[in-house]
Amino acid sequence: MNKLPQWADVVLVPLVSLVLAAIVAAMVLLAIGQSPLAALGIMVDGAFGTAAGWGYTLYYTTSFIFTGLSVTVAFHAGLFNIGGEGQAQLGGLGVALVCLALPWPHWSVALLAASLGAAAFGAAWAAVPAYLQAKRGSHIVITTIMFNYIASAFIVYMLVDVLRPAGQMDPASAKFPAGAKLPTLSDMPLLREFFARVNADGTPKLSKAGEVMYSNVPANVTLFIAIAACVVVWALLWRTRLGYQIRAFGKSEAASKYAGINPVKITMIAMLISGALAGMMAINNVMGESERLLQNSAEGAGFIGIAVALMGRNHPLGVLLAALLFGFLYQGGAALGLNTTIPLEMRLVVQGLVILFTGALDQMVRMLLIWLFSFGRKAAA
Amino acid sequence: MALVENGGRQATAAPTSPFAIELKGISKAFGPVQANKDINFAVPRGTIHGIIGENGAGKSTLMSILYGFYKADAGQIFINGKLTAIPDSQSAIRAGIGMVFQHFKLVQNFTVLENVILGAEDGPMLNSSLAKARKVLGDLSREYELDVDPDALIEDLSVGHQQRVEILKALYRQADILILDEPTGVLTPDEADHLFRILNGLKDQGKTIILITHKLREIMEATDNVSVMRRGTMVDTVKTAESSPESLAELMVGRKVLLEVDKGTAAPGAVVLTVQDLKVKDEHGIERLKGVSFDLRAGEILGIAGVAGNGQSELLEALGGIARATGKITLNGVDLPLTGAQANGQTRREAGIAHVPEDRQHLGLIMDFTAWENMAFGYHNDPKYQKNALFMDNDALRADTEKKMATYDVRPPIPGLQAKSFSGGNQQKIVVAREMEQNPDLLLIGQPTRGVDIGAIEFIHNQIIALRDQGKAILLVSVELDEIMSLSDRIAVMFDGRIMGFSDPETTNERELGLLMAGVGGKA
Amino acid sequence: MDYDTLMQILGSTIRLGTPLLLACLAGLFSERSGIFDIGLEGKMLAAAMAAGAVAALSGSAWVGLAAGIGASLIFAALHGVASITFRGNQLISGVALNFLASGITVLIAQALFGQGGRTPPLVGSARFHPIELPFVEALKDVPLIGPLYSEVISGHSILVYAAMACVPLSWWVLYRTRFGLRLRAVGENPAAVDTAGVSVVSLRFAAVAITGVLCGLAGAYMATALQAGFGREMTAGRGYIALAALIFAKWRPWQALGATMLFGFFQALALRPDVVEGVVGMKVPVSMLDALPYILTVLVLAGFVGKAIPPRAGGEPYVKER
Repeated sequence: MNKLPQWADVVLVPLVSLVLAAIVAAMVLLAIGQSPLAALGIMVDGAFGTAAGWGYTLYYTTSFIFTGLSVTVAFHAGLFNIGGEGQAQLGGLGVALVCLALPWPHWSVALLAASLGAAAFGAAWAAVPAYLQAKRGSHIVITTIMFNYIASAFIVYMLVDVLRPAGQMDPASAKFPAGAKLPTLSDMPLLREFFARVNADGTPKLSKAGEVMYSNVPANVTLFIAIAACVVVWALLWRTRLGYQIRAFGKSEAASKYAGINPVKITMIAMLISGALAGMMAINNVMGESERLLQNSAEGAGFIGIAVALMGRNHPLGVLLAALLFGFLYQGGAALGLNTTIPLEMRLVVQGLVILFTGALDQMVRMLLIWLFSFGRKAAA
Repeated sequence: MALVENGGRQATAAPTSPFAIELKGISKAFGPVQANKDINFAVPRGTIHGIIGENGAGKSTLMSILYGFYKADAGQIFINGKLTAIPDSQSAIRAGIGMVFQHFKLVQNFTVLENVILGAEDGPMLNSSLAKARKVLGDLSREYELDVDPDALIEDLSVGHQQRVEILKALYRQADILILDEPTGVLTPDEADHLFRILNGLKDQGKTIILITHKLREIMEATDNVSVMRRGTMVDTVKTAESSPESLAELMVGRKVLLEVDKGTAAPGAVVLTVQDLKVKDEHGIERLKGVSFDLRAGEILGIAGVAGNGQSELLEALGGIARATGKITLNGVDLPLTGAQANGQTRREAGIAHVPEDRQHLGLIMDFTAWENMAFGYHNDPKYQKNALFMDNDALRADTEKKMATYDVRPPIPGLQAKSFSGGNQQKIVVAREMEQNPDLLLIGQPTRGVDIGAIEFIHNQIIALRDQGKAILLVSVELDEIMSLSDRIAVMFDGRIMGFSDPETTNERELGLLMAGVGGKA
Repeated sequence: MDYDTLMQILGSTIRLGTPLLLACLAGLFSERSGIFDIGLEGKMLAAAMAAGAVAALSGSAWVGLAAGIGASLIFAALHGVASITFRGNQLISGVALNFLASGITVLIAQALFGQGGRTPPLVGSARFHPIELPFVEALKDVPLIGPLYSEVISGHSILVYAAMACVPLSWWVLYRTRFGLRLRAVGENPAAVDTAGVSVVSLRFAAVAITGVLCGLAGAYMATALQAGFGREMTAGRGYIALAALIFAKWRPWQALGATMLFGFFQALALRPDVVEGVVGMKVPVSMLDALPYILTVLVLAGFVGKAIPPRAGGEPYVKER
């Protein structure tokens, strides 16, 4: 017995990894004198206990779907894109430039244009490391890390010296025009009923004018674009010639050369798609939430994409689920920050642990499962 | 002798057993696969003992157990009559066992001297170890015709010399028992002869040699005794002088072997492929193919013979669009691009060239892809595999694969199975099916039966002949002379990036080809 | 720019180049043994926190240093277990450990001191102080040599001189000892080492442990010498710059010294925008100067590296072939 059944490999390995990460995280909390169970309770309550909590959880989920898909596409081409963070920040710049360019007549037009801007800027930021990898053999892991640092310096420069409106102190762009405001989930008919505010006795809270009041949540129309992106990425990878070539190239560069697959072209295309997906995240946070470009707008979501892709086994459906998990973790972590003395950095610890167990110690998890399976078999015999 | 001052072991009490090695009841399983089943055999001291068997017969597993790479599930090992546990390589070395692997275990950018002392240093500082090794190496070289420059880098040495370094490594560790795994696969006949002289010299010094090979000729020429393995069991051990190639072959496969391929005479048609002054440089700028020219006709098999590494791979790669080249390749009267973006595997396939590469696992297949995904590999842009402008037609591809798997007897016939789950022979059949079924004008086929079991060899050979009889041009590259001689209608021998000459398989013999392969004589 | 300014910049080049040098040598041992380590950053960060915290609590920089090395070794051990024992993806393991370090350092510092994830400022013997070399006074008035000696050569903490000593020491270990021979061999062809009867696993763990010690020195230097205490994310990408320097240096100790001092020089320039402005003749945005080391690293990776051949077995877990 040295192989796992396929279902166990696909389902159990990530789940067990998650459990192990949770156990270690709990030990960390114990070590700093906190109660893991209480913390978990606060997290669940903060993320899923209220409609507003859901609104934030889904907002984070949206961002993580994009960055998770970004890492996934690059992974399939055999490329480890750690540059999602910088690409997402540049995507934010693209969104800001588009949104500030015109007094947009309707959010749908603005969304289309901003999406293109975000994708184009994200892709452009990925293009240089991709080109250096394809043509000069510069290790893409190192170059994308460098580009994250360069991106953040560049954004600071743009915000301080170029985009900052006269007289404003903090380094940020001007507020986007009203026509570029995306509808949030609580703005949408039907859906918004979920976000209706209630009084303590369960009756709907009414405004002075007698209308039902809704929680204002950051989750917005971008969520649906993110879900659509999952479908598109799935079809791209497993149904098209391009996807076939990307996956073949990722598995074996030598064999791809034999098959006549152009390594430079595939590296470039895969990284451009990857960068575009990371950049698209900005329509969620920059356009949908902050409505202006701020410093460090991606807030680490680019890096979380790595954990999401690993946890989701590089499959769009897995990415969707893992993004929801990390959405919970982020919103729940924020609740911890508000209600306890546990620092926000607890989220980084969990993120690191998930990446460690799913991406580097996966073999250990597999061996553990094989051992458990053989145990079960013996018991059955 | 030079060795005595260097070793203390020879001084120990005289061994009581006439056998250097004796194995009793060795068994080893990998999961459900029984690699070795109750193996018993003994090797008399001071002899050359051959172990012969097909790929997968369990030879390498047995030797890995002897060298401490694997732990046997059951059984005992006696070295010089003494029960010896060999849990790791260190213990094997201490027991006086040295191993020359098929793939050399050398550090490429180290010198010969550094490679020799690695793991056998005298102390924590290098200088004294190096000085001592230099002296010992000099003595060993003189004694056994094992001369190599101790300061040369391994990457600058020929394969034959690298092998000598491996032997020196074992001798430096005072090995009394030397195991060589398929040592002649990479050697010219001349170098092989030199190796056997060295081995005989070692035997005369009282060393025991175990020679693992699948080449009957070497067994007959070099060994005193031979053990035959088949599917994990030791079938028989006989005195070489009292056996014949035919009887050994039968023991190996368990049935009469068809060593000759049944083929009719060729009916060559028009010239399909013209190659003129083709040259290829490797990534370091060194010319590997140094101006090759030939014609290939429809309905003809041109066999390229030669020791591995003499430009055959580069020839295939240039024709297949993998390597950049200079010169001229004309297919059906049209010149093919040799450099630039247009020189790639896709344009070659469109021009009518199919290519079964030498290394199927590394080049010919994506091991993690399923069989049906692999069936489109290289032909993924072919209109017949597209559903519409956007998507590939995966269902049609699966059905197509199912059909081809039946025709080519791929087992198990499951299109959804990953390539890595098939045996070597069945992987090769998938590649052969894919390439032959594209109805090419020219088939490039490299090492068609490397690592393939006898049954599949026959099948693949028959397919090649059938394709020839359909009027296709076939370029066959193989390091197996038998294969070249039985399949080809014409033979070209390559040495050092050039074609040394053309021969007619009807009139030539192994000796003549062997001389050409060694770069001796030749008409070109 | 006058001579004295140049000397000041060179002096801070050495101060800023030292953590890069230690981390670069750390990476050298790991990568030469065939284990990629992009977790240098995390190890430095963990060491900086541990050193800062323990120095603050104990009042001794030396105890802090030991704690820093200990913390770094724990991270090195995790990387070793993931990439050697369980043959995991070395890049992913490194990334994971960097995140873990980013988070856990703040958590622990916050739990211990409650100062927003920082350690209290280190004073007195809790910090390594600059050492005045002999004859500084005597040479002070000698033109050219005087400022060079007092600003550049003298006046650094003991850890700076230790880092400099690590360069010839590393060279000697790698090229003149049995351990070095085996270490270089295991990064090139682990099968050769294995068949020679030497354990690949213990060699690689030894290399990873050395990496841990050197990263520990680098991190402890950051918190107890270069600065007076730990602050969140205080390593600011130095682990990655050290990796780039390692490639630039083609995995060789003396070249590592050159590469890290070059990058240290860029960092020193970024601290003196006035000097840069004076030399360039126009105002240069500070953010551009901050990005300079990273941009240069990319340029180095793209062009000047040329044919830097990494250890052949680098990044590949060793599996015995059948």
